[in-house]
Amino acid sequence: MVSSPLFELQDITFERDDQALFEGLSVNLCGGEILQVSGPNGCGKTTLLHILANLKSPSQGQILWRGETTRGNPSYLAEQAFIGHQPGVKLALSARENLSWYTQLYDSDTQLSIDQALDKVGLKTRKDLPCSTYSAGQLRRVALASLHLRDATLWLLDEPLTALDSEGINELEALFSAHLSDGGMIIFSSHQTLSLAQVGNLALADYSVSVQC
Amino acid sequence: MLAFRHGNDFLNPLLFFVMTTSLVPLAISPAPTQLAIIAPGMIWITALLATLLALDGMFKDDFADGSLFQIILSPQPLWLLVLAKVSAHWLITGLPITLMAPLLGMMLALPQDGYLPLIIGLATGTACFSLIGAVGAALTVSLSKGGVLLSLIVMPLYFPVLIFGASAVQRGVEGLDYLPVLALLGAFFTFALLTGPFAAAAALKVGVNG
Repeated sequence: MVSSPLFELQDITFERDDQALFEGLSVNLCGGEILQVSGPNGCGKTTLLHILANLKSPSQGQILWRGETTRGNPSYLAEQAFIGHQPGVKLALSARENLSWYTQLYDSDTQLSIDQALDKVGLKTRKDLPCSTYSAGQLRRVALASLHLRDATLWLLDEPLTALDSEGINELEALFSAHLSDGGMIIFSSHQTLSLAQVGNLALADYSVSVQC
Repeated sequence: MLAFRHGNDFLNPLLFFVMTTSLVPLAISPAPTQLAIIAPGMIWITALLATLLALDGMFKDDFADGSLFQIILSPQPLWLLVLAKVSAHWLITGLPITLMAPLLGMMLALPQDGYLPLIIGLATGTACFSLIGAVGAALTVSLSKGGVLLSLIVMPLYFPVLIFGASAVQRGVEGLDYLPVLALLGAFFTFALLTGPFAAAAALKVGVNG
């Protein structure tokens, strides 16, 4: 192992109604690594991502970021970007307004402007139309545009491929590999397989899996 | 922080407030002497119910479309964002209600001395409603039918505001000194302002966790 892992899951267990959804999950992730969380519906993919994003707390175990716990850790919050199952886009506002709300919320000052980010996800012509006129795939693209606007190290993406067309998936793969070669990390859940070579897989169906980097 | 704006929720509470209050003379009696007796209480009750009407959606819409997660995960202090939400809620409910109240007071033949305590009381009182309501709305955010529970949670906390608010107007009408009562209302507001956003922020984290 060249570098020590940036992101460590240690023995994560989550119980719902006294039943373990998953047990003893231990994963180490270094810079430049990507992990796909897969498994049948209802196996806890979204729950796991919520736990990783600090939205839910695990029943047992701990999560370490750069060797420190992620609980109430502001530097962890600053370095992670989470996109949930719902794109988090206000339908009454336009794509541009949505992203300007987002950048103000996160105080982000990346080189890319909002317009450039929207161009990148292929929403050049619809920037100022209210998002209620967008299709599901276009809403997803607005959400993914927010990744361009922050320089987060760890991306936590819940079903980022949902509703994207094949072109969108290709673009997302390109975005992923660019992020990985910059030393970023991605954990995402999906049922589809990406054509990226280095995707690690975390199957949630069988309990107590352990993935090492 | 700026784009916390909604268009369509704006009219609903105000319309409810105006409609129910204007139904009172029709249903009870148009006689000014009789109306003047119930006017303070009536305006306050409808104001309370109108703020309650918009309360359920305070965080629920954000929860449904996923932006609540972004709000919780953002590096900004959560209580500050909650305070922004509460201010937005007050601006679309409390403020229009306060501005509309004198007009409805006139309709209910409220005596002249009652207007000043009515306006001051409603301005602080509805702000209390928004602040206290935020805690309840945050707690019930992940429940699909949290409306009833929400009312049950916040109602007992609304009672003191209602009692002192309505009695301030009553005292004004009777020519008594209403300032002590308004001062108590102000004290409620200060307390709610100091604790409400923090409680609601903590409640949001719990509500999402559930």
